[in-house]
Amino acid sequence: MEILDCRGQRCPLPVIALARRLPDLPVGATLRVLADDPAAATDIPAWCRMRGQDYLGSPERFAFDVRRAG
Amino acid sequence: MVLPLSHLPSPTVAHYSTKVLTPLRGSARRRGYRLIVGVSEAYFDAASAAPLHPAARQALAAALDDGWADPARLYSRARRARQLLDAARGATAEVLGVRPDELSFTAGGTAAAHTAVLGGLAGRARVGGRLVHSAIEHSAVLHAAERHVAAGGTAASVGVDRLGRVDLAAFAAEVAAPGTALAALISASHEVGTVQPVAEAAEAAAAHGVPLYVDAAQSVGRGPLPSGWSILTASAHKWGGPPGVGLLVVRKGTRFLTPGPAEERTDRNADLPSLVAAAASLRAAAAEAADLADRHRALVDRIRATVAATVPDVEVVGDPAARLPHLVTFSCLYVDGEALLHALDRRGFAVSSGSSCTSSTLTPSHVLVAMGVLSHGNVRVSLHRESTAEEVDRFLAELPGIVADLRAEAGVVNL
Repeated sequence: MEILDCRGQRCPLPVIALARRLPDLPVGATLRVLADDPAAATDIPAWCRMRGQDYLGSPERFAFDVRRAG
Repeated sequence: MVLPLSHLPSPTVAHYSTKVLTPLRGSARRRGYRLIVGVSEAYFDAASAAPLHPAARQALAAALDDGWADPARLYSRARRARQLLDAARGATAEVLGVRPDELSFTAGGTAAAHTAVLGGLAGRARVGGRLVHSAIEHSAVLHAAERHVAAGGTAASVGVDRLGRVDLAAFAAEVAAPGTALAALISASHEVGTVQPVAEAAEAAAAHGVPLYVDAAQSVGRGPLPSGWSILTASAHKWGGPPGVGLLVVRKGTRFLTPGPAEERTDRNADLPSLVAAAASLRAAAAEAADLADRHRALVDRIRATVAATVPDVEVVGDPAARLPHLVTFSCLYVDGEALLHALDRRGFAVSSGSSCTSSTLTPSHVLVAMGVLSHGNVRVSLHRESTAEEVDRFLAELPGIVADLRAEAGVVNL
């Protein structure tokens, strides 16, 4: 699984990095975003909902898994 | 005895405050501050503090002249101050539809909220130490809850749906739990405007003998109040009264133990001129409320529809129908909330934001988090009685370009 390290970045930068990277991955692939900005836990799932991508959850603190749906 | 507010004196000394403030204005100007007088800018943050209502200004000037004596003393001047206090209390209670002896004035909305939470819990300490509250209470209520927990109590937070409406079934289940001393539910979200099912929550709480506290800061003076509650608070500067005046209503029969100095609920510490101004402006605001709500609802509908249609990748949040008339919130994808707020300020628009970068703690608004909606690029527009359609139209005309410029600067176009 590819990991996108956005630790130390303030929102909305982790969401922007996710939006730039995810389209490069094949449909069905999962991207793990590492982000320690407190807004990431809300904004990454919200972005997935707005963009129709699959938010798979947070396996650990500051990590968020997103699967490319389309 | 309840005295009508017409008992208050007419203003005679308006020139006094002008004279005193003139040097301050001059020095502020020399320091390069732009004085915000009147409506030269579009002020869209009434939910934080509404501009002073003319009725408040008049009453304040009059009461400063006539209401400075200690209302607890027995000479004529003190009795005059006492009459002013009683008149203010009577007028305020009348607007709220409560008995004058159920109402106290506090040193502000935060003080009222703390007293409500801690007093309501203390009054029922024999039942238990459990507080139930929604996840979207004002931070003043949440801070009081934290204080309660730090002192050995417990608190249960009840979530909301995507529109910001409390989960009523979960709320009912939580208030049924043994040891629940008090439940708290905000009348309507101060951040997204969603009106809460207060009457239903009160009924669910009452079924278990639990009193409901309602923070009605955004509702008092703007429309009818919900029913069924036992304790209610409000804040004068939200309806156009002066800052530093809060209202605390404890209905008869509610078990309540005032925390802190016992004289707090007797208004001995009250800022009498300010609370006279608060009462006068509340009565004026309540008289205008229905017309104003219609006007604001139309403007907010226009903002909701136009922003969604003209700004790409925007999420307008909050309940589209069951909401406060004067408040609307939206989030712009990929936009830094602080940058957006400053860009709007440079164009003469004062708004607030729930984005983390605009908060002192660098955490996003707990309301947006509880709703699970986008928290960055967030803007809250809240209107007051002097807000005009022209201001709103200018905002709607400029916003798409401002957001587009910020996205272009950040290189996030076509993402």
